[in-house]
Amino acid sequence: MKKFGGKVLYLDRSDINTDEIIPAKYLTEISKEALKPHMLEDLKLEGFDPGSEKVREARVIVTRSNFGCGSSREHAPWVFEVNDINVVIASGFARIFRQNMFNCGMLAIEIPEEDIEKLFGFDDGTAEISVDFRNDSLTVMSGAGEQTFSYRISGFDKALVEAGGWVEFADARY
Amino acid sequence: MALTLAEKIFKSHLRDEPFPGTKVLDIDVVMCHEITTPIAVNDLVARGKDRVFDPAKIKVVIDHVTPAKDTKTAQQGKILRDWARRQNIEDFFDIGRNGICHVLFPEKGFIRPGYTVIMGDSHTCTHGAFGAFAAGVGTTDLEVGILKGVCAFREPKTIRINIDGEVPEGVYAKDIILKVISELTVKGATDCVIEFHGDVVKGMSMEGRMTLCNMAIEAGGTSGVCMPDEVTVDYLWPFISSEYGDKKTALEEFRKWWSDDGCEYMKVLDIDVSGMEPQITYGYKPDEVKNVSEMEGTPVDQIYIGSCTNGRIEDLRVAAQYLKGKKIAPFIRGIVSPATPKIFREADEEGIIKIFMDAGFCVTNPTCGACLGMSNGVLAAGEVCASTTNRNFNGRMGKGGMVHLMSPAMAAVTAVEGRIADPRKFKKESL
Ligand code: SF4
Repeated sequence: MKKFGGKVLYLDRSDINTDEIIPAKYLTEISKEALKPHMLEDLKLEGFDPGSEKVREARVIVTRSNFGCGSSREHAPWVFEVNDINVVIASGFARIFRQNMFNCGMLAIEIPEEDIEKLFGFDDGTAEISVDFRNDSLTVMSGAGEQTFSYRISGFDKALVEAGGWVEFADARY
Repeated sequence: MALTLAEKIFKSHLRDEPFPGTKVLDIDVVMCHEITTPIAVNDLVARGKDRVFDPAKIKVVIDHVTPAKDTKTAQQGKILRDWARRQNIEDFFDIGRNGICHVLFPEKGFIRPGYTVIMGDSHTCTHGAFGAFAAGVGTTDLEVGILKGVCAFREPKTIRINIDGEVPEGVYAKDIILKVISELTVKGATDCVIEFHGDVVKGMSMEGRMTLCNMAIEAGGTSGVCMPDEVTVDYLWPFISSEYGDKKTALEEFRKWWSDDGCEYMKVLDIDVSGMEPQITYGYKPDEVKNVSEMEGTPVDQIYIGSCTNGRIEDLRVAAQYLKGKKIAPFIRGIVSPATPKIFREADEEGIIKIFMDAGFCVTNPTCGACLGMSNGVLAAGEVCASTTNRNFNGRMGKGGMVHLMSPAMAAVTAVEGRIADPRKFKKESL
């Protein structure tokens, strides 16, 4: 299983699409590693610098609703994966992106808008999140304190993460 | 129990339910293109599983960047081509015979009512126009589809859209779907199938229905769906005549897929198109839609007519009706990409290509090209494109570029004016 948790990158916007996460011009790459420098390159967000240290050190993304909408490109989860970001927490995901994350053995955690709001309250530049995968909970820590939230993912999605992804799961079963 | 069309397809294709709420379906058609498939192929090879579940059910096309523009895209094409050859996939379409996947595959008769269809492409929802469950997926889902012929889904809920009224002059399927998306919002149909009903849909050609279903994903929808009827039978007839003998029998078979009276809809939306204005997007999301009258006069740099939304023969005909005898405004450039070789040939035979060329348009070979900003018409920063495509995302057609989505009619009159224009104010010529 992958490692889940670490420094948080807050993306304070809804409807971030996969073209913003990884622009189409890099889809000619046939290795995941080659995508690495281009993560979130076209993100439209006031003050966001894709080359910043904050982005480089991030291990978890916290964002708003409908994250990952648009193109089906699995290059979006991959560019996170090669940048060691294995968890995205949002109040909602686009279907294909969400499934792509679990299919790669990564976590797309959906929690209510109020809880997302609370998570944003911990953003003082030092926030870290640890995920307790077994117990379906996550804990945020920063200068603003510490709080634990429970979340729910489907039995299937949990099994995919445990199996290491959908190819492994399907190959063993079908 | 009364079922929706999607529920019927899920029931008939159910292979496994590994966990409550997760349904693993048998897939009838797995479609592949050169952007999302090569990594799946390479991964299968690396795993020592370089096989396909059924070569007859796999359809392959090189369409996004074709002819190849550089070494990397040539390599993607090569991986796909070599794989199709090695796996004995007969339905493989390369340069000269290739076209945009969601236009080419229906044209080849690969889709039937009641089918399950997946592809590593979000606009796979287009094929639901035939009464199929057609969903875009990522590369891993595609890989499992290729290897095992299955795909996992949550059972989708269904949203029903009733489209009725008198379609005004200058308003087309594209305007209607933009209106629908603006009402549903970009996430309003997440994990849902969108069913299109009503007299307007009944009166639409398969081309128009595909334009509607194509943009279901822009509201987050898993698949767009139309009920298969006489229009569907007529379109498919060359491919199914030996199977059914007469059209009535085919229609009766297809009708079995219709959503039952009394089935459960998550939401029903009524849209009256009477008096509707032509629609256009203004922002960076496809639900940011306005009436054309609010946008008229906005300067543009490039016109793009093509894509899996509006690169079909009907679209080119409409644009040509507005362009006949006219010229593109000075310093404005126009690009038209007929979506398949068949469409290109028809447009040529009908004199449409000549009309575009006389107006000053560049006519490209069938390809996705400029739609996703990879080739054939990429925008410079600060440029504005009037486009018949489906996405106006930031950077979609080139970093720093702006895209306004619209119908082919509006794109044509905008080309002539050099500014966003209202097709209702222009005369259509007969072709
Ligand atoms: S035309 Fe555009 S939206 Fe359609 S498949 Fe090609 S790139 Fe995707």
